[in-house]
Amino acid sequence: MDLFLSSLEMLARLDVAIALVLGSIGGVLIGAIPGVGPPVAIAILLPVTFSLEPLVGLTLLLGIYGSSMFGGALPAILINTPGTAVNALTTYDGYPMTRRGEALRALGLAYGASFVSGIISIVALILLAPLLAKVAPMFGSREIFLVALLGIVLVVLAHRGQTFAAGMLAAFGIFLATVGLEPIRYTQRFTFGQDFLTSGIDLIVVVLGLFAIAQAFVLLSDPDDSPDTQPITGSMLRAIGAVFRFKRLAAAGSGFGVLMGMIPGVGEFTAQFLSYTYARKTSKDPDAFGKGSPEGLVASEAANNAVPAAAMIPLLALGIPGEALTAMMLSVFYVHNVTPGPGLFQNQLDFVYALFVAMILLNVIVVAFMVVASNGILRIIRIPTRFLGVAVLTLSFVGVYSLRNSITDCALAAGFGLLGLMLKRQNLPIVPIILGMVLGGIMETRLRSAMARVSTPLDFVERPIAAVIALAIAAMIVLHVWGVVRERRANLREDEHDHDIHDTQLR
Amino acid sequence: MCGAPFHSGAGMRTLRTFQDLFKRYRRPGDLVFAAGFFALSLLLAAAIPWQVTWVGGLGVIEQPAFWPVVAVAAMVTFSSLHLVGALVSERIPGRRKEVFHWLRSVEFALWFMAYVFLVPWIGYLLGSVLFVTALSFRQGYRSARWMGTAALFAATVVVLFKGLLQVRVPAGEIYQYLPPGDLRTFVMTWL
Repeated sequence: MDLFLSSLEMLARLDVAIALVLGSIGGVLIGAIPGVGPPVAIAILLPVTFSLEPLVGLTLLLGIYGSSMFGGALPAILINTPGTAVNALTTYDGYPMTRRGEALRALGLAYGASFVSGIISIVALILLAPLLAKVAPMFGSREIFLVALLGIVLVVLAHRGQTFAAGMLAAFGIFLATVGLEPIRYTQRFTFGQDFLTSGIDLIVVVLGLFAIAQAFVLLSDPDDSPDTQPITGSMLRAIGAVFRFKRLAAAGSGFGVLMGMIPGVGEFTAQFLSYTYARKTSKDPDAFGKGSPEGLVASEAANNAVPAAAMIPLLALGIPGEALTAMMLSVFYVHNVTPGPGLFQNQLDFVYALFVAMILLNVIVVAFMVVASNGILRIIRIPTRFLGVAVLTLSFVGVYSLRNSITDCALAAGFGLLGLMLKRQNLPIVPIILGMVLGGIMETRLRSAMARVSTPLDFVERPIAAVIALAIAAMIVLHVWGVVRERRANLREDEHDHDIHDTQLR
Repeated sequence: MCGAPFHSGAGMRTLRTFQDLFKRYRRPGDLVFAAGFFALSLLLAAAIPWQVTWVGGLGVIEQPAFWPVVAVAAMVTFSSLHLVGALVSERIPGRRKEVFHWLRSVEFALWFMAYVFLVPWIGYLLGSVLFVTALSFRQGYRSARWMGTAALFAATVVVLFKGLLQVRVPAGEIYQYLPPGDLRTFVMTWL
């Protein structure tokens, strides 16, 4: 209880309150604009947060991360265009409901499901935190290396149908992290005699290039679009309350979100897939799914909004980011010389609680905002996409240039922007590059320190946690190969089991 | 042959089955991208002897060269498999158009770099207003209303980031030509 009170004390500050309000409302607005997802906003804001205290900076970024899905549901339901990539499944049932004249009901259910699952997931994690604090110290270098490896394996395998491409991009990310002067023997690695490469390639430059600048290039080079919507009429609060008729699905979706969010390399898509499948299998009307089923909508939105809180667990407890957004947040810790990991859960549990309480507050702020401002947000959706591209490029400049006022950084970011544009247009994933870069660095350091206490390969997995993770990695690979062989035997058509949900254009 | 439908002999059946192993949601130009990435991987692999150092007396894993070699080896392996996948898959029309789209996008990278070079010279405010209005004009937003919106947006970004959030963007060189005093200090600090 003392820890909990201490966490409340940490939050009771004006700068944290401002970050909370700006982050949550800003996140809703950013999420509502198709084409500008939370990765773009977080990438641009990262350098700004470096000058803030870790709690303030993280609250701002978490606000954007956690609230963008609320905003993203708005265009997904009203104009069949997901505001963020994870709202894609919402369009399946949300938009048919709008066409039936049930836009208010659909929006209410989406916000309600997001809110309920967000709160359930955070409360579950607060209750789980003392247990995690006991388990986290059992993770030594070997276990952390294996978790990072599991993250890489899962992010590669998660891109079904693009596994080889995801593998080459993850390897490219690992390669990028090795460029420069290595810190142990001070030898140069892939610097090609260039001074600017000696200090390595900055993660923020790559993130800004691949997410923000690439998205600006996509918006600038694609045909102009200015979506229009009809205003929503009726009581939003009553519509949100209707979610309590789907308590079981909201709770199940939240459970899937928490479980999938905690596993590095997995995340919202898998959580949504499991939640949606469960909802359809247990529904009295499974045929309505995809045609405007309120159950499908609740299952989809409940699963995705439970992930952000859970995704903070591997980051905070082990220092392992499970996806791109938490990978970006890791740099906030590094800038302040705070290394997230077992020590954080053991010694600064109040800091962890403070972050979770901040997430509860942001859910409350966002729902209150959505009740009063949904119609106002519709105006933002109408910003023409090419002008949006100009705006994103202008903001990207601040992000890159303010890092160290380096023209070389800007040129590198522009280069990564072009690479990102090609990847987006090729429907190839960007996330493996970022995770490869972050997890590659962690794996190199951890493997080197683990090898000091290992004489045979079997020693590496002699401890139970290490053995379980190693088995999980082997099982994932075997299951993936088995799945591919099964599809081959079934002789399925090329486009039969891949669809727009995996489309990385919006990410 | 690769794109032929599945109705002929055993050879085609094998190829088609092999093709099924590389199922993915492809877009036009995939072969060009796959070949380009494979070429990059090979170039990096060829540079390994010059670009990493093997330190005597150290185990393999402790070698500074270990991780770059692992990464490049994985790049070569996966990109070659990806390339094979693209080669045996049915060709999607529109390859040339797609590559042209990539090349055309270089224009926006040049716009961005022009902005980067402009700011240290003419200052953040003027540079941003010039960049945003010019690029908006280029994108077809040419009415006085859009030009005004663009200029206002640029000014807001500058005031927000440099003025309020105090991000590190150096004062423009032309600011030094302003008469010394409060105005110059204000402009250098806020704009």
